[in-house]
Amino acid sequence: MTTKINKATRHTSQNEGLIFEKSSPGKRAFELPPLDVPIVDANALLGAHHRHDGVEHFPEVSEIEVLRHFTRLSTWNYAIDLGMYPLGSCTMKYNPRVNEFVARLEGLATEHPYQPQELSQGCLKVLRLLERCLLEITGMDAITLQPAAGAQGELTGLLLIRAYLEKQGNARKKVLIPDSAHGTNPATAVIAGYEVENIKSESHGQIDVDKLRDLVTENVAALMITNPSTLGIFEQRIPEIAEILHAKGALLYMDGANMNALTGITRPGDFGVDVMHLNLHKTFSTPHGGGGPGTGPVAMKKFLEPFRPVPVLVEKEGGRLALDSNRADSIGRVKAFVGNFGLLVRALAYILAYGPGVRQATEDAVINANYIRKNLEGVFDLPYELPSMHEVVFSDAIQKKNGVNTMDIAKRLIDYGFHPYTTAFPLIVPGALMIEPTESESKEECDLFIEAMRAIAQEAAENPALVKSAPHTTRVRRLDEVGAARKPILRWKPTDKPEGRLHHAHKTPHPEPTPTV
Amino acid sequence: MAYPTEYRYTKEHEWVNVAGNVATVGITDYAQHELGDVVFVESPKVGSSVTAGKTFGTVESVKAVSEIYAPASGEVVEANPELQSNPEKINTDPHGAAWLVKIKLSNPSELAGLMDAAEYEAYVAEKQKEASA
Amino acid sequence: MRYLPKSPTERQEMLESIGAASAEELFSSIPERYRLTEPLKLPGPLSEAEIIQYFKERAAENSSGYASFLGAGVYNHLRSVITDVVIQRGEFLTSYTPYQAEITQGTLQAIFEFQTLMCQLTGQEVANASMYDGSTATTEAVLMAERLTGRRRVLVARSLHPEYRDVLRTYGRNCGSLLEELPYAKDGTLDVAALTRSLRGDVAAVVVQSPNFFGVIEETAELARLVKNSGALLVVAITEGVSLGLVKPPAEADIVAMEGQSFGLAPSYGGPFVGVIASRDKFVRQLPGRLAGETTDTEGRRGFVLTLATREQHIRREKATSNICTNQALCALAATVHLTLLGKEGLREMAQQNLSKAAFALGELEKIPAVRRAFAGPFFNEFTVELPRSVKLVNAQLLEEKIIGPFVLGTAYPELTKHALVCVTETTTRAQIEKLAVALRRILERPL
Repeated sequence: MTTKINKATRHTSQNEGLIFEKSSPGKRAFELPPLDVPIVDANALLGAHHRHDGVEHFPEVSEIEVLRHFTRLSTWNYAIDLGMYPLGSCTMKYNPRVNEFVARLEGLATEHPYQPQELSQGCLKVLRLLERCLLEITGMDAITLQPAAGAQGELTGLLLIRAYLEKQGNARKKVLIPDSAHGTNPATAVIAGYEVENIKSESHGQIDVDKLRDLVTENVAALMITNPSTLGIFEQRIPEIAEILHAKGALLYMDGANMNALTGITRPGDFGVDVMHLNLHKTFSTPHGGGGPGTGPVAMKKFLEPFRPVPVLVEKEGGRLALDSNRADSIGRVKAFVGNFGLLVRALAYILAYGPGVRQATEDAVINANYIRKNLEGVFDLPYELPSMHEVVFSDAIQKKNGVNTMDIAKRLIDYGFHPYTTAFPLIVPGALMIEPTESESKEECDLFIEAMRAIAQEAAENPALVKSAPHTTRVRRLDEVGAARKPILRWKPTDKPEGRLHHAHKTPHPEPTPTV
Repeated sequence: MAYPTEYRYTKEHEWVNVAGNVATVGITDYAQHELGDVVFVESPKVGSSVTAGKTFGTVESVKAVSEIYAPASGEVVEANPELQSNPEKINTDPHGAAWLVKIKLSNPSELAGLMDAAEYEAYVAEKQKEASA
Repeated sequence: MRYLPKSPTERQEMLESIGAASAEELFSSIPERYRLTEPLKLPGPLSEAEIIQYFKERAAENSSGYASFLGAGVYNHLRSVITDVVIQRGEFLTSYTPYQAEITQGTLQAIFEFQTLMCQLTGQEVANASMYDGSTATTEAVLMAERLTGRRRVLVARSLHPEYRDVLRTYGRNCGSLLEELPYAKDGTLDVAALTRSLRGDVAAVVVQSPNFFGVIEETAELARLVKNSGALLVVAITEGVSLGLVKPPAEADIVAMEGQSFGLAPSYGGPFVGVIASRDKFVRQLPGRLAGETTDTEGRRGFVLTLATREQHIRREKATSNICTNQALCALAATVHLTLLGKEGLREMAQQNLSKAAFALGELEKIPAVRRAFAGPFFNEFTVELPRSVKLVNAQLLEEKIIGPFVLGTAYPELTKHALVCVTETTTRAQIEKLAVALRRILERPL
């Protein structure tokens, strides 16, 4: 390769097999303190037919091998800690380390969810303060912190709507979802017992308000809207959308995935939203951790409050806090216990670090997205021209002429030292490049990204084969996804050879763009 | 790949080959090409009944799921067992060895509206023109 | 602000490049009357030291200094510092879902190892990359069984964790599941006669927990035989995974749903934990959630990818097997590291210590004349005792002795207000057990 790459340089990475391949009987990585009570005969106590002598083929390795194994694996990952991670819709911002520190404090990490509430006032105060902060940020009246992730937040929100409408006498049949929505929205609506009706976006990528007016009947329970939309564009007619729904007794649900564009600037509760979820792992910096855990609190207007999942945090006389599970109209529990407390601690630590200054983070996120847009416009096709908020969506229309698609460009970006943007999403943009830099990137990092994207555009024009066969610098090249799906190998077996069960590539894979959100 | 003249074709890109009151159904070369490398086929159970225009199975690639619609109503008398272990057959021999099911027709007149090979070729050409526009 | 990497000059330069006079201008697409004119009323900004101080103060308002005999789905076990060292590596902590396989092989291989460990533990053939927690894994297992059987009736043991049953009800109400509860027998196991009566040809799944909520180990192999004859699927839930170090896994079950909190995750006031769902190979297409699979790259080297994604919401949208998008990757990684550290011998020894301490604790409590073992079925590290009076009242008095008493079964089972679910793990010391026995004896000797 002749291209000059300024951000990254290749270096050696360690090879490492599966941990099971290192196992040898008799090695130990963990020792327990001696037992201080008499040892019992497990056969006698459990019954011989219940008992086995340890888990077959479980690894037997030493401590240094465990540490090296996982450290080596870790070096094969890209991470926010290494550089810009511009995955649109995912809000890959800096995860402050003090959040990790406080979540592990003795007295917080050690607490049992069933311990007496008089011995849990510290935990409950954390929940209380976080509730208040999130209500202030969203402009809503009530909140539940229980949902385990964004998708479960969506479900909780729809169940609140369903319970409310049922109480009014009719749960209704349909949920309307724009074609630009994230795939969880329709999947969630079905689990909540609703039929899905898709609404096509109008030519600017906004909700088609006239069409909406036709579609909203007494059969519609709600519209699920993402705002800003997955195109990174604010739905400018959202107050009118809310009015149309409310006039027919339907509700407005907002997917808060893109709240990083609004925090401190505007509040969904003020512009007509009835219920929404937040992704604490996006806007509020809890770590993505390779794909979870998330947390999806749901904020709502007063009239939905009686339906909140149990337990509900309440204030008793003297300011004492308590969890109340005795709520007649509650939709029930959506998961065991109070919620992902450890993550709620991290989110609160994030909010406390900024205070009212969180507006600056939002401004910087929007500045970064627009700076990248400005500097790549023309180089990449911009299918929707309305102002961008925290992310910008290009298409591969220009590069496609040379046979280079969004996935190829994404893979080539890896060679330039960046994590790819989100490919092929939203679905309404063929060959989408969805770029969300977040506020955590410096001007210098944004400039390097722009430089890389411009260089790749040039390569796509002059040497498309180079882009199409990228990445060239990673430990593994493009992987055979077809072979993986045809003959799935989903676990290691003792009969496997050290190099794996497959010995040759099925064929040269040509991955098609796929939604990666 | 040529479209066999003895087959009939649907707008959902299935082919139908009728012998007596049994119709053999598969997906067309155009359909397999659009879908890409097929990794999985979900067939209906033998003995189950299918309704014209309703889906009765899926063909999947790595990134997409394509529903298969029954060209006519009837009872499934055979499902191609080969496709369970070698779904890639659909990519190599869509009009032959990779047939999906055989349906005992309950109302053969439902097949009346289907296209012949020439009409289907014209229909596909139109689709391809739309896609490149 | 320390998290923001821009100087005022740089901000200005960027705005100029964009062609905007101010940051405010970038928000012009938001109707003006909805734009905030005042700063949000939030506490802060706080420095790092102040943040630590705030949370230390909250921590001090909790239960430090108390001995606890609570389990009931959340267990206190030893954890190696190595686990935290690994999961705090930025390359794991600050990475996203491994969609770009070439630069996420670390996460993908770790998931593949997690899937393997979960299969080995549960005796099943396929496990996914993890679920939210045990309660939602159990619910997803039931929905999966409904899809596989095309049936809607679900028989749920009353001895399944009460909060898991709550979650099942919340989902079931809207998904159309018909849930019925099965009573427990005198020895604390599932009432097999009741099961036989209810088990007809329209049942999708039978759900039992083992060890069950009373701590009693179920005869899962026998239940599997019974259930199989009816064409229903047996779902076995496990809340205490450490039991699998000694207790045979429910290999005969069709689906296993497990809470993995015991594998290296702190109780953390209820989460985040890690759910496990494992099943048979032939059911893999109906398994919800992410899966990592082995494959090769263009040069024939072993690598891993997310696979069978056509089941999932981002492709199948409203026809997906589940609306779940995330897994609990970092928690699953913690479990993978923890179980690798423990290994075969460590897990077996940990289980042996739990069993020994629980047996010792039961022995100590049974020496108190008024205390009676409630269920004769075999147990692992939790058992139920009946007291001569309300457990709630007894626990209030135990608190005065700096003891957090056992779980009050009466909160979930109105017929068991005098029954206490005692949990003892390898972290409970002999001295703590003896202290509980002494305190309990003294309390029960006092008149009401």
